Amino acid sequence: MTDRVPILRIGDVLLVSIQVELEDQMVMDLQDDLSQRIVDTGARGVVIDISGLDVVDSFVGRMLATNAAISRMLGAETIVVGMRPAVAMTLVELGLSLKGVRTALNLERGLKLLRRLAAGPADRA
Amino acid sequence: MRDYAATGAPPESLSVGNSSDVVMARQLVRTLAQRTGLSLVHQTKLVTAASELGRNMLIHGGGGIVRAATVDDAGRTGVYVEFEDRGPGIADIELALTDGWTSGDGMGLGLSGARRLVDEFGIESGPDGTTVRIVKWGR
Amino acid sequence: MPVATDSNTQRLVETLTARRDVFVGQWADTVGEALQGRLSAAELGRELGELYEAVLQGLASGGLSGRGEAFGEVRSLLIELSRNRARQGFTPTETARSVFALKEVLEPSLTGDAEGARVYLQLARLLDDLGLLTAEAYVRTREEIISSQAEQLLELSTPVVKLWDGVVGVPLVGTLDSARTQVVMEKLLQTLVDSDSTHAIIDITGVPTVDTQVAQHLLKTVLAARMMGAQCTISGIRPQIAQTIVALGIEFGDVPTIASLSDALRQAVKEVAQEADDDVRGLL
Repeated sequence: MTDRVPILRIGDVLLVSIQVELEDQMVMDLQDDLSQRIVDTGARGVVIDISGLDVVDSFVGRMLATNAAISRMLGAETIVVGMRPAVAMTLVELGLSLKGVRTALNLERGLKLLRRLAAGPADRA
Repeated sequence: MRDYAATGAPPESLSVGNSSDVVMARQLVRTLAQRTGLSLVHQTKLVTAASELGRNMLIHGGGGIVRAATVDDAGRTGVYVEFEDRGPGIADIELALTDGWTSGDGMGLGLSGARRLVDEFGIESGPDGTTVRIVKWGR
Repeated sequence: MPVATDSNTQRLVETLTARRDVFVGQWADTVGEALQGRLSAAELGRELGELYEAVLQGLASGGLSGRGEAFGEVRSLLIELSRNRARQGFTPTETARSVFALKEVLEPSLTGDAEGARVYLQLARLLDDLGLLTAEAYVRTREEIISSQAEQLLELSTPVVKLWDGVVGVPLVGTLDSARTQVVMEKLLQTLVDSDSTHAIIDITGVPTVDTQVAQHLLKTVLAARMMGAQCTISGIRPQIAQTIVALGIEFGDVPTIASLSDALRQAVKEVAQEADDDVRGLL
C-alpha cells in the first residue's frame, strides 16, 4: 500500500495540496480519488497546489491535464497553483504545454480565480 | 558523445525494478546535482530528465540499472547519468526520438523531451538492451 | 633535473643561513624598488622572509627540485603570494620578479669561485622554476576573477523591477545570449512568485538585434509565466527588429507584443484593476 494524497473540502471547493514526492501509483490513485470526491460532494471547483513539487515530469503533467478534463466533465473547474519557476521552465523545455489547465500563482489567487469563474460565465483563461 | 563512464569519479548505482525505485533514482540524481553546484533550473531539468528516462526504462525495458557520477571536463563540472536495461531494445531510435511518438500510454515526450533537458545525450540500443547516457553541465 | 651533490647543497644552505638577514634585506629592497612602493616595506619583508625560510628548509631537506616534496611549503607560499598580487593589480612580470630578484641578490656572493658558480646555476634553475609557478598561479587567479565578474555583471545587467502593484518588468539592454536570457527568465519568474504579481513586461528597447535563439528564449519565458498563472508581454520592439523577426520567419506564436513600454504598462495596470473589480463582485 502506498500513501494517498489527501483531498480537503472547503465549501464547494476541493483542495489537493501535494507535499510529498509523488510515486506513479499515488498519481493514479489521486486521479481516482479526486473524481470520486467531486461526484460525492458536488464540488464546483478543484485547486491543486503543487508548490511542494520540485519536479513535474510528463507523467505528473499528464495527470494534471487529465484531471482538469475529467473534473470539467463532472462540473468542476480545476486550477493548478504554486508552480515553481524552475518547474515551469522545465515543462516548457520538455514540450509540455498543459493545454486546458488553468493556473494561478498561489492558493489565494487560485481561489479568487475560481470565484471569478463562478461569478461570470465569461471565459477568461 | 564522450564515454564519461570511463573518466571521473566512480558512479553510484541503483537498480530500478518498480516505480518507487524511479523515485529513488530521482533522489540520487538530485543529490549529485546539488553537490555539483548546478543551478536550481539545471537541477530541475536534470532530475526531470532522469525521471523520464527511469520510467521509460521501467516500462519498456523491464527495469535496469541507473548509474550516476560527477564528471569534470576542461574546468566544467557536471553530472553524468546512465540508464541501462536488458529489454527488447528500440527498433527505430530516430522514430523514438520524435516528439509525440509513443509506444505506450505516455505523452510521447519521454526520450525526445529528456534530450532537450540535458546538454549531452547518447543512446545505444540492440536486441539485448538499451543504454541511454546523459550529461548536464554546471553553468 | 641534475641532483646536487651533498657538499654543494650543504655549502649553499650554510651560506644562506649565515647571511640570512642581509640577503632577505637586499631581496626585499630589490623587489620593493621594482614595485615602487605599492607594497609596504614591512609587508614585503615579512612575506619574503617567510619565503626565504621555506626555500632554505626545502634546500636543507630535499635538494633542488622545485616541484619536489621538499618544496611544498614554498609552493603554497608562492601561490598565496601570486593570488594576492593578481588581486592587487600587479602585473605577471612584477609578480615573477619577486622570485627572480633573489637570483640578482645571491649572484655576487655565490659566484666567487668555480664551484660556487655551479651551485649558483643549480639554484638559479630552481628559482626559474618557482618563478614560472607564480605565473601559473597568477593566471589562474585572474581567470577566477574574470569569471566571477562575468557572473556579477550578469546579475547587474538584469534588474527586475516592480512597476505597479501586481506588475513587474525587466528592461533588457545589450546583446542577449543564452546564458543571460536564462538568468533573466529565472529572475523574472521568481520575482512574479515573490511579489505575487500577475503581470510581467519584458522591454527589449535596448536590445540591438533579435535572432532566432533570442526569440525562442523570449517565447519560452512567456510560456513559462503563463504556466505559472501570470501574463508576460514583450514591449519595445523597434521597427527594425519587427522587420528582422518577420524576415527571418521567426515563429513568435501568440506572444503578446506591444510597441512601447508605457502602453504595455497601461494595459497591464488595466487588467490588474479589472481582476480586482471582478474579485469584489465575486464576493457579493
